[in-house]
Amino acid sequence: MSKGLKSRKKQRLIVLSTAVAALVGAVLLVLFALGGDSLSLFLQPSSVLEKKIQAGQRFRLGGLVQDGSFKKLEDGLTYKFVVTDCAADIPVQFKGLLPDLFREGQGVVTEGALDATGTFMADTVLAKHDENYTPKGTMPKNVEACEHPEKAAGY
Amino acid sequence: MHRFANPAQFNRLADKILPWAIAITVITLVVGLYYALFASPEDYQQGSSVRMMYVHVPAAWMAMFVYGVLAVSGFVALVWKHPLALISGKAAAPIGAVFTLLALITGSLWGKPMWGTYWEWDGRMTSVLVLFFFYLGYMALWQGIEDEDKAGKATSILALVGVVNLPIIKFSVEWWNTLHQPASVMRLDGPTIHTDMLIPLLTLAVAYKAYFVVVFLWRMKLEINERKISALAQAANVKVHHYGG
Repeated sequence: MSKGLKSRKKQRLIVLSTAVAALVGAVLLVLFALGGDSLSLFLQPSSVLEKKIQAGQRFRLGGLVQDGSFKKLEDGLTYKFVVTDCAADIPVQFKGLLPDLFREGQGVVTEGALDATGTFMADTVLAKHDENYTPKGTMPKNVEACEHPEKAAGY
Repeated sequence: MHRFANPAQFNRLADKILPWAIAITVITLVVGLYYALFASPEDYQQGSSVRMMYVHVPAAWMAMFVYGVLAVSGFVALVWKHPLALISGKAAAPIGAVFTLLALITGSLWGKPMWGTYWEWDGRMTSVLVLFFFYLGYMALWQGIEDEDKAGKATSILALVGVVNLPIIKFSVEWWNTLHQPASVMRLDGPTIHTDMLIPLLTLAVAYKAYFVVVFLWRMKLEINERKISALAQAANVKVHHYGG
């Protein structure tokens, strides 16, 4: 009787372990099969150009704000900057309030559509924070810039 | 009586652990909060907004850790039918749900000034919201099914199904483009957070974990005592009925 009970427990252990492993494996495989882009919040400039997205079609564009590209237009409310993933660049125009963390060399997620000239007309700009936390006056550990494409590729 | 042999031993063990856990919670919480809110440096980009991180990150860690407790409890309950395993899952769930909610709310409050939005449906935020719903579903199942054995089975299976969400939460920021930043502490190339900020963060992480141990043990003892009372009441009823008839 106690031997039968033991083998039932062993059987439950095997069945349940297999079931959980199969479930986790199946769901993760589905996620990988769907691919990164469909589950990603935004597209990077390279994949925007690769997909040849039409003017007027709304999507989110993300990447680094290129150093030296930030300009404020004469109305004082419209901003122009270039979003880059170090492999491709897309110029962006935005009228509105920029978040606190927005600055050149930092990550950004914008929403809008390309116009006929290939400029991305954004109506939303969100700043992306990176993994660095460090006091003022000290160097962040992982600098994201196009000199380090392997770091920027993580964006 | 055999069923209560283990819980009685558990109660004695819990009573030994509890004073230590309470002391650790109080000390690490006071020290950690002082450093996090006052004595730690401002971030080079976020300024003082970085202080939200000390409250947010340990809450998010606990949200996942406590779900692990639910899953292990469910597994042990289903395979070995250990009565303490069911009780531990039931005791842990509301604590985990509160940690998850705390992580969602503090993240959202930090997101508005820093990102420019309270919420974005990216991989990290969505998967943590799903985690919160798993907690709610788990607690609703315990409430909704009267038969304890059936409720135990159903909740254990639900807890195990939700395990798939844990790697999704952890790696969402690496697999997909998200608004949420990648990991700063648990990463292969070492932490990208300065030591002056890492120490208060880890202190508060200890505080959260010790707090969990305290409330978890209290809730388990409560549940064990409730079961004892209802078992005794049942036995008494049977006797009354027996003598009365």
